[in-house]
Amino acid sequence: MIEVSGLTKIYGQRTAIDNLEFKVNKGEIVGFLGPNGAGKSTTMKILTGFMPASFGTAKVAGFDVFDQAIDVKRNVGYLPENPPVYFDMIVEDYLAYAARLHDVPKVKLKSAVDTALLKTGLTHVKNRIIGNLSKGYRQRVGLAQALVHDPQVLILDEPTVGLDPVQIIEIRQLIKSLAGAHTVILSSHILPEVTATCERIIVINKGKIVAQDNIDRLTTRMNQGVTFQMKVRNASDSGIQAIQSVNGVKNVHLNDGTITIEIIPGQDEIRDRIVEAAVTGKMGVLEFSADKLSLEEVFLSLTTKETAEGAQS
Amino acid sequence: MKFSLKKTWTIAFKDYRTYFTSPIAYIVISGFLLIMGWMFFFNVSHFNVQAMQYRQFGGKGVSLTDGVIRPLYGNLHVIMLFLVPFITMRLFAEERKMQTIQLLMTSPITLTEMIVGKFLSAALLVGTMLSLTVVYPIILFIYGNPDLGPIVTSYLGAFLLSCCYVSTGVLFSSMTENQIVAGALTFVAGLFFWLVNWASQSAGPVFSDVLDYLSLIQHNMNFGQGMIDTTDVIFYLSFIGLGLFFTHRVLDSYRWRN
Repeated sequence: MIEVSGLTKIYGQRTAIDNLEFKVNKGEIVGFLGPNGAGKSTTMKILTGFMPASFGTAKVAGFDVFDQAIDVKRNVGYLPENPPVYFDMIVEDYLAYAARLHDVPKVKLKSAVDTALLKTGLTHVKNRIIGNLSKGYRQRVGLAQALVHDPQVLILDEPTVGLDPVQIIEIRQLIKSLAGAHTVILSSHILPEVTATCERIIVINKGKIVAQDNIDRLTTRMNQGVTFQMKVRNASDSGIQAIQSVNGVKNVHLNDGTITIEIIPGQDEIRDRIVEAAVTGKMGVLEFSADKLSLEEVFLSLTTKETAEGAQS
Repeated sequence: MKFSLKKTWTIAFKDYRTYFTSPIAYIVISGFLLIMGWMFFFNVSHFNVQAMQYRQFGGKGVSLTDGVIRPLYGNLHVIMLFLVPFITMRLFAEERKMQTIQLLMTSPITLTEMIVGKFLSAALLVGTMLSLTVVYPIILFIYGNPDLGPIVTSYLGAFLLSCCYVSTGVLFSSMTENQIVAGALTFVAGLFFWLVNWASQSAGPVFSDVLDYLSLIQHNMNFGQGMIDTTDVIFYLSFIGLGLFFTHRVLDSYRWRN
């Protein structure tokens, strides 16, 4: 549904995005993750046909964003960082205007607006002036605007910024419910945001893609310096020694019935041997689990690694 | 490139409506009518005094066209010069400031449709203002016997000239996020093209012709006398077209940079 290759954008001296390469399949929800100024918004602006790229091509819904910008725009719903709402308009009129701009036929106008209002939970404020609404509601009006013409692709730039926790959950559920029928790209610099809604993440830093994969695999990939936690019934020194002597174990630490085991990365079947040692030492294994790195750490390590490399060069 | 009239109207109609959901339309229209009404009253009473004086001395006197209509529509341009910047300054400047221009630029509309739509919304408001002044000629027709021709051409000339101001206004509004800047530049540019031929008396023969040709007011003289000269119409239309063309260039470059 979205194909990007060699996409580069240069502002004067500054390279905002550098040789981006990725694909998004139909019906997928993809998270665009990166710190502020990483180039997320720039990429999104290019994908919506708002701004031309310096080099490279991007295809959205089968159309080239530069040569067939009008067709791209017809098939894309875009929510920019600041919702593009007119403060002096009534919610319903605004959505009707957005729908007309996006070629919604006259006969379907009313139902398109009503559906968008319903999906974003705005029906009860449809007759209010947008300027009088709270920031959260304005954000929802912006989202409704992106949805109103039922586009194939939705591009959402930080969709939950400025919302309260309840609204955030609502919007996340809404975005999740859009998967399948729509292809969604959303950007965020907040990790739980992405883990909660997206199937796949593209991590971007300083205009370059640092990693792209689904969340589980990304986490596994980062599981290099893994630690295991083992709860035992009776911890004994001999048992701990036995674990310590297992090939590939770096460090063992006992704390109140829980043994923390650090291993050297890249060891196959090390778990079997650790458990075996514990059983042989008659400690009575109650629990054995790997500490999964949270995406937060993945993200931090990915981006800080990149920064360190950047500092060296 | 395709040009969809429908979407142009969508934008024109929305912006025209915005004038009336904000105080702008009411302030501009009532201010305009107040000044026009005052001038009409003054012109008519002055014409009465003159007519009575001429009668005393047995002269033929001035016609309603020369005594009332021409000064009235001649001064209308000045009022438009002052008011049009207030009408046009928000058109693009506000969209840029509020970022709502992103909605327009990510909608399946061309820049031309967008710009013409914006221009039409302001031109429509100007047309509304002008059409409200039709009461003055109607009053003249009730109590006198003025020529219809010069009145009609005066309206056409006034509308075309105001549209030139609107076109300049659209251009300056597209250049900045600041409405005041847009308005001030529109006013200065309008005034400049008004006064540009003042220097023509002291300029050389060719240059003075050029200056005269560039003057927005110079091209309105014929309209005031009941004549429609295609040179004038073409001048105004090209002036409008050029303003909108430059707006297109400005917004296209804005897209690349932002």
